[in-house]
Amino acid sequence: MLDNVKQVILVLSGKGGVGKSTVSTQLALTLKEKGLKVGLLDIDLCGPSVPYLLNLEDQNIHQGPDGWVPVYLDSEQRLGVMSIGFLLNSRNDAVVWRGPKKTSMIKQFLEDVSWQDLDFLVIDTPPGTSDEHITVMENLRQVPHCSAIIVTTPQEVAIEDVRKEITFCRKTNIPIMGIIENMSGYVCPTCTECTNIFSSGGGKSLADLTKIQFLGSLPIDPRVGKLAGKGIAAVKELPDSATSMVFNNLANQLSELTTNGS
Amino acid sequence: MNVNKILDTDCPGTGSEDAGKASACAGCPNQNICASGVAAGPDPAIELIKSRLSNVKHKILVLSGKGGVGKSTVTSLLGHMLAKQNPNMNVGILDADICGPSQPRVLGVRGEQVHNSGSGWSPVYVTDNLSLMSIGFLLGSPDDAVIWRGPKKNGMIKQFLSEVDWGDLDYLLIDTPPGTSDEHLSLVQYLSEGAQCIVVSTPQELSLLDVRKELAFCKKVGLPILGVIENMALFVCPNCQAQSEIFPASTGGSSQMCSELGVRLLGALPLEPLLARAADRGEDFIADRPTSPAVSALTEIVKKITAACEP
Repeated sequence: MLDNVKQVILVLSGKGGVGKSTVSTQLALTLKEKGLKVGLLDIDLCGPSVPYLLNLEDQNIHQGPDGWVPVYLDSEQRLGVMSIGFLLNSRNDAVVWRGPKKTSMIKQFLEDVSWQDLDFLVIDTPPGTSDEHITVMENLRQVPHCSAIIVTTPQEVAIEDVRKEITFCRKTNIPIMGIIENMSGYVCPTCTECTNIFSSGGGKSLADLTKIQFLGSLPIDPRVGKLAGKGIAAVKELPDSATSMVFNNLANQLSELTTNGS
Repeated sequence: MNVNKILDTDCPGTGSEDAGKASACAGCPNQNICASGVAAGPDPAIELIKSRLSNVKHKILVLSGKGGVGKSTVTSLLGHMLAKQNPNMNVGILDADICGPSQPRVLGVRGEQVHNSGSGWSPVYVTDNLSLMSIGFLLGSPDDAVIWRGPKKNGMIKQFLSEVDWGDLDYLLIDTPPGTSDEHLSLVQYLSEGAQCIVVSTPQELSLLDVRKELAFCKKVGLPILGVIENMALFVCPNCQAQSEIFPASTGGSSQMCSELGVRLLGALPLEPLLARAADRGEDFIADRPTSPAVSALTEIVKKITAACEP
């Protein structure tokens, strides 16, 4: 399973709505901009966001000789995407499934997609520590190079759930690469006063507390928000933004990992 | 409503005459049980829950397909507001988010214990007429993760519904995790008729995408929708009072979605940094900031809810 993938990166968070999908897509786009071959697998079955974020909503999955062919964002096929969103008839359709059915769908996603040779496979997950997560962890046990990136927002309500996710990773022996804090501050467009809507510094102190590397803070940047639904990398469109800096650093760190590791 | 029917198209269902005999049953671990007819009746828990909750007038699920939109914050605000409006009214909150329980923190009762007595589990009282039950009270440490697959989560929900001694309640608000899966199906199944729901959304398309799925779920299982509450609508800068849209409603926001899908919009709550902080600290925002725009919006929303529940 996933034999041709050099490195698997799980994007996790106990909390919903903290920006897992935004981080997953931007990370995948950044790695692609660096010339790497990337796959993005969306295992949020009840709320798939990746097709919308990458502007691929009307695309379909095709059956190829070696399995399901992912949807490619670019003609050079450097970023392939797989999501249950591509299998639904209408964007309003709900996937009303209990655990066992979700489990078998994820197994299929992990086993039956022909990703070809990948430098990175980024896996976007739903919130929680339940069926989807247990299934992915069980299956990834056989995959040698696998690590997790934890996304949080600064406020305590989110941190509380994220701590549970960290416990989950430790129990299942998935190495945690680091923590990203999203939505840290908002600069008022009228008076340029920066307000920490959802508090501040929570990600950093969580990283200190748990002795996990802190990968950076992403501010609430409406310019980045506008990239949602377009499939454009922040590093390309807004190279000077704080967001791009975080993703550039992260991508550099990751590409070192693969060159050293393999 | 028939939840079993939509679960699996191949499985004939435990109530069917073909149970245990259809071709899809071959190899199923439950084949023998189904074929014996033991499972044909309705789940005995449904009757048990019905009698346990017979003194609860209104059961309202707070749902959203999307995570982090403020289901727990909205639930706690609604609970506080309902309880404050009428001191003779009793309000209960059940936190059905098993993997990420937030209610103990938001309501400021972290670290409390749940006691078991002859009449069942007693919930934790936040005020005289507002009580709460959450799995958060059963965990030893905030780091403890509940790593459970569906059936175990369902068992917990069944227990919460059948074994908590709520007493007489006017409103039972049920806070749910994001999604349209085990927890949601079980709640609808166990509560059978008599439950209604409120759906929480935020203005941006990324969130509405999942909220539409939740509305489709409600229609599929026949759960009546009281309406949609839009959260984090406008941001008011605490420095210059200028309003800005942090999560822009590029596709018309919740109001557009509601009119498209024929659902009522109950109101919109602004994005207030102080509200987020109050939730973090478990403070009673309504008592502390009675004149804030969020509280006045909330008052209108609660009026609409009570009017719809008690005409």
